[in-house]
Amino acid sequence: MGISNKEQSRRRFIKSAAVAAGGLLATSLINPFNAVLFAMDKPEDPTKPWWGYAIDISKCIGCGRCANACKTENNVPREPFYFRTWIEQYTILNDGTVKVESPNGGMDGFKQPVAEEDIFKSFFVPKMCNHCSKSPCVQVCPVGATYETPDGVVLVDETYCIGCRYCVQACPYGCRYIHPEKNVVDKCTLCYHRISKGKTTACIEVCPTQARILGDLNDKNGPLVKFLKEHNCLVLKPHLNTGSKLYYNELSQEVG
Amino acid sequence: MEQHYQHLYEMLSQVHGYIYPNEIDLQWGLLIVLYPYITGLVAGAFILASLERVFNVKVLKPTYHLALLTALSFLLVATLPLVSHLGHPERAYEIMTTPQGGSAMAIFGFVYLWYLMVVLLLEIWFDYRRDIVLWSRTTKGFKGILYKILTLGVTDLSPKTIKWDDKLGYIITLVGIPSAFILHGYVGFIFGSVKANPWWSTVLMPVIFLFSAMVSGIALVMFIYMAVSFLRKQKIDMLALDTIAKYLFYILILDFTLEGLDQIHRIYEAEESFEILELLVHGKLFITFFIFQLFLGTIIPLVSLGTLQVYKPKEKTRRLIYLASSLLVLFGVFFMRWNVVIGGQLFSKSFYGFTDYKLNLIGSEGLLMSITWVIIPFFILAFLLWLLPPWKKIHDE
Repeated sequence: MGISNKEQSRRRFIKSAAVAAGGLLATSLINPFNAVLFAMDKPEDPTKPWWGYAIDISKCIGCGRCANACKTENNVPREPFYFRTWIEQYTILNDGTVKVESPNGGMDGFKQPVAEEDIFKSFFVPKMCNHCSKSPCVQVCPVGATYETPDGVVLVDETYCIGCRYCVQACPYGCRYIHPEKNVVDKCTLCYHRISKGKTTACIEVCPTQARILGDLNDKNGPLVKFLKEHNCLVLKPHLNTGSKLYYNELSQEVG
Repeated sequence: MEQHYQHLYEMLSQVHGYIYPNEIDLQWGLLIVLYPYITGLVAGAFILASLERVFNVKVLKPTYHLALLTALSFLLVATLPLVSHLGHPERAYEIMTTPQGGSAMAIFGFVYLWYLMVVLLLEIWFDYRRDIVLWSRTTKGFKGILYKILTLGVTDLSPKTIKWDDKLGYIITLVGIPSAFILHGYVGFIFGSVKANPWWSTVLMPVIFLFSAMVSGIALVMFIYMAVSFLRKQKIDMLALDTIAKYLFYILILDFTLEGLDQIHRIYEAEESFEILELLVHGKLFITFFIFQLFLGTIIPLVSLGTLQVYKPKEKTRRLIYLASSLLVLFGVFFMRWNVVIGGQLFSKSFYGFTDYKLNLIGSEGLLMSITWVIIPFFILAFLLWLLPPWKKIHDE
């Protein structure tokens, strides 16, 4: 004789209740071990590119070609007050003094005036827009002229910017300037005109040591994600929670 | 252009330590110092006026209308330095047509218009309507036409309507007090919410701005009341002046306490920006912070006004002390704005160095132009006092 219908449904109920209870128990056990927040904002559309950038400080030789190429590619004014990217030279002396320099944004290369025996360590840090996902500059723009593209690049609509300079004040990294001829704000576009056509940025193209890496953070097998996996990378000023997508390998605590 | 570059090359030689290369071009100059200064004067003058109306401080009656007209004169100018400072002033309207909701600055146009149109203009109109109607009947020529226009066609002077004027005026003042608080607290928020700048980023900023606004607005009305009485060769109502001075003293205490709290908190927490800010106030800001803002603008007025609370010398001496105190407070609050706006841009966000601010004499952002922006409100006030003289109003007691 087979099992009665009633008994079958009871069994089914007990079974599914057990699965539900077990699942609940399991998730309640797993959950405490997961962070409840992500390190940064998530991309709008995980199936499309979400651009990020990495800089390997250990590879940068301070040649300044990136800053030069950027000015040429993007018609950045040649005067030494306007940079979409620049390089800083950090020299930490044996007595703990920190010396930072960026003559002409590092475009003409660097000299090391400190005697070698006095140097504790020295390195170059290229800087540029961090293309933050929780960007303070986008937040403060009163007219929405600064915006983040769906693929994660922070851009400026120069036909709409009123030139109030609030975004310049809001950027913690000093990456924005007022274009002296256009009277609107200007900044790194991540060479959007190039990367959207499948090319790389001007600064990356000329870097002789491959210290700069562009990549799609959604592409888990791409060069950027691979680099982030293999290196201990940090972002600048993480306490400001800007969701920076510019990652530095071997970032020293002195870097401001 | 060449002149601008030359200026920047000069500034390059003033850089001390390391600053980001884009930071040499200091973005917000004297015009942006004037913006919070002038809006603060407006808010402060209005709050003083409201004291009489809402809290029924009858002794302040002689300064009530003067305070309202002062607030209006300065409010009319408040946006002009701001707009003229924009890279593209012709696009300023975008802030009203397509405001970006997340921006602290985007709401300014609306806050400003609300305050101008709904609060100040309406309050003054309701307050003056009966007089304007009466004046429009007796005055001839251009002034008479102006009065006729200002009646907006509402010429009914029945007791019932007059009562309504008063009632509506009262309601607007009630709405006006929080509006004045919002107007200036909001200006403080524009600076206080910039997390990238540790000299600005403090939750106390809106409150500090508000109290310093009240202090400066009260001092301004005090000064203008004395000046107008002098020019009209009228005797000053000492009871009113003593009362204003008393309010100035108490609010100055609050303002001083709040700013002190902010600094003490900064010093005690000593976050990563502490060293650079300490160098800033002891270096580039030493004169404008310790001498101008703190000593001349706060301590001296506090001590002199405080002394007058317990010891009352002769009227003439008191008047002199009030005059000096009001001017010193106005001077001190101006430098408080200076220390915030300019001071916040003198140090690099890398925390490794300083730039400098060099004020030009001429040019749209120069000293002369800025002085013009401060003088214009006084001309507007002179015009308003000619058009709407408080001393010719009918007083119903």
